[in-house]
Amino acid sequence: MANEALVKELEARAKKLRRESLLVMKEMGAGWLGGSLSEADVVTALLFYRMRHDPTKPGWPERDRLIISKGHSCEIVYAAVAEAGYIPKEELKTYSHPRARLQTHVNIKTPGIDYSGGSLGLGLSFAVGSAAGAYMHATDANLAAPSRRHPAKYRVYCVVGDGESNEGQVWEAAASASHHRLDNLTAILDHNRFQSTGATSKKLDMLSFVDKFRSFGWEVREIDGNDMRAIVEALDWAVTVQDKPQAIIAHTIKGKGIPAYENTNCHFMKITDEVLRIGQEALKD
Amino acid sequence: MKTPYLRAKRDVAENLYAAHNRALVALARRDARIVSCYGDFPPGEVGEVFAKECPDRFLDVGIAEGHLITSAAGLAGAGFIPFTHCHGIFGLGRAYNQIRHNVAYDERNVKVVLCNCGVIWGGLGPSHQVIEDLAALRAIPKLVILSPADAVSCEKATYAAAEYPGPVILRLPSTGDAHTTIYTNDLAYQIGKAICLREGKDATILAAGILVSDALTVAEEMERSGVSVRILDVHTIKPLDEDAILQAARETGALVTVEDATILGGLGGAVAELTAERCPVFVRRVGVRDRFGDSGTAAQVKAECQLTPPFIRESLEEVLKAKARRVK
Repeated sequence: MANEALVKELEARAKKLRRESLLVMKEMGAGWLGGSLSEADVVTALLFYRMRHDPTKPGWPERDRLIISKGHSCEIVYAAVAEAGYIPKEELKTYSHPRARLQTHVNIKTPGIDYSGGSLGLGLSFAVGSAAGAYMHATDANLAAPSRRHPAKYRVYCVVGDGESNEGQVWEAAASASHHRLDNLTAILDHNRFQSTGATSKKLDMLSFVDKFRSFGWEVREIDGNDMRAIVEALDWAVTVQDKPQAIIAHTIKGKGIPAYENTNCHFMKITDEVLRIGQEALKD
Repeated sequence: MKTPYLRAKRDVAENLYAAHNRALVALARRDARIVSCYGDFPPGEVGEVFAKECPDRFLDVGIAEGHLITSAAGLAGAGFIPFTHCHGIFGLGRAYNQIRHNVAYDERNVKVVLCNCGVIWGGLGPSHQVIEDLAALRAIPKLVILSPADAVSCEKATYAAAEYPGPVILRLPSTGDAHTTIYTNDLAYQIGKAICLREGKDATILAAGILVSDALTVAEEMERSGVSVRILDVHTIKPLDEDAILQAARETGALVTVEDATILGGLGGAVAELTAERCPVFVRRVGVRDRFGDSGTAAQVKAECQLTPPFIRESLEEVLKAKARRVK
C-alpha cells in the first residue's frame, strides 16, 4: 500500500503543476488544456515518485526514460521538468517563442525530455527501441533468447493517448514490445475519452484497450488515472512484472481539476484571462 | 590525367549490399554501439552474417517500416548507432514521417539503409521500384544522403556513415545483383566530396549510384570521337558538392546528370537548381522521366526507362549542341 503522506504530497504537487501548466498555456494564448490536465497525475507520479533520474544529470545513460507520445499535452510536462529542476522556472515563460527550447510539442531540446512529440502514434515505437537498448550490453544474449544474462540498465515509461491509438503504428509497437519481451517498458494509456474533434467513441471506437494490450501479450491493469494512490500502486506493480511489457489503462477525465471544463471537449482551447481566472480559482490550494 | 583509384578494367562485378554488410560486421566487432535493424528484409545469407556475429545487436521488427525507423531512433536515443534495412520504397513511403520526425528533426544518429532503390533490378515490378526517394528526402533538413556507385565506395560509405554523428540515408541498388566495380580499394572517400573520375573540358557528366559505370563508358566512347568529357561521381546527394559542380559548370559549360531515379528533384533537380542560381549553363537530366518503372529483367527495365548508355550519349550530344549554338 502506498503511504498516505506520499500520496498527499504527490496530490499537492500535481495540483501545483496543473496551475503552472495554465500559465505555460497562457504564453501561447492557447493550450492543450484537456490532455495536460488529464495526464497531470500520471506525469507527477512518474517524475516525482517512480522514475530513477537526476535533474542535475539529464544525459545520465542509466536514467529511466519518460516518453510522452501524446506530445501535444506538453504544458504539464514542461511545468513538471521545471519543478524537478531540469530547467529554471523562469524558462516556462519562453514556451512557444521562436528559438525557445520549450517548443509547442514536447521537444528534446528541453532537458529532462527524451522524446520529441507532434506526430501521433510514434512514441511507443521509440519507447520500444529505448527499452531494447537497455538490454543491449556489449556481451548480452539475443533479445529473443530464453534467458538474459544482464538486467535492463533502465526502465522506460511511455504515456500514450487514447486518440492517437487510432494510429496503426501503436499496435506495431505493442506487438514488438511483447515479442522482444521488454519487461522494462510500461505504457500508461491516458484514456480521457476525447480527441481533437470529439469523443473517441464517436471518432473511432477502439473498444477495449485492456483486451487489446492483453491480446498483444502485455500484462494489463486498469485504474482511475486521476487517483494518485491507484497510480502509485500500479507503477509499483509494473516493476514487479517479468518477461512482459506492462500497460496501465488509466481512465482519466479530460480537463481534470477544472470542473467547468471536465469531460468536455477541451482538447485545445484559447486561454483567455477569463479561462485562466476560472482555472486558477478551481485549482487553488 | 589518370585517376589513381580507378580500376584499369571494369571486369569485376560485386554486390553493394554484401560490401555494406562486410563493413557493418567489421564496425560492430570494434564498436559496441553498432546495431543492425531489419524490417523482414533483405532475405538471404548476407544479413544473417551480422545476426550470427552479433546476435545481441540484431533486431528484426517484422514488416513494420514505420516502427523500424522510430524504434531505431529510440536506440539512437539510448546511445547506439542503429543501421536500419528495408525495401527503399517502403522505408521512404511507409516511414517518411518517421524519418522526418523521429530521425531528422531530432538529428538522431540513425543510418537508414534503403535497399533495392531505382528501377534497374526489374524483379518485383514498379510497386517495389522507388524513384522518388532522392527528391523527397533531399527536401528534409539535416539529412545526409549517400548513393554509392559500386561495392568499394559502398563499403567506404558505410564506414563514413557510422563515423558521421547524425542521420544518414544510404541508398543501395538491388540487393540481389552484382554491379560493376569501378574503384580500387585505395579510394579516398569523403562525405560531401564528389569524386572526379575523369578530367574533361567540353562537358561534364554528374552521375550517382550504379550508373556511374555507364557514364564512364560513354565518356570513353566520346573521347574516341574527340570530345573531352569530365565525370563526377556525386555520391553525396546532400550536402551537394557545390564547388565541384560549379567548377564543372564554369569550365565545361554543359552538364548531364545521370541517376537511377526520377529526374524530378533528385540529383538532376539539385544540379539544375544550383546552376540556375549560381552559374547558368545547359543541363540535361538522364533518369526516370516522370513515369513508374516496369516489370522485366534489370536490362529490359533499364532500356525501357531510357537509362542505358545510348540515352546518356544522346543527352550529352544535345547539351553539346546547345552549348555550341550559344558560343556562336
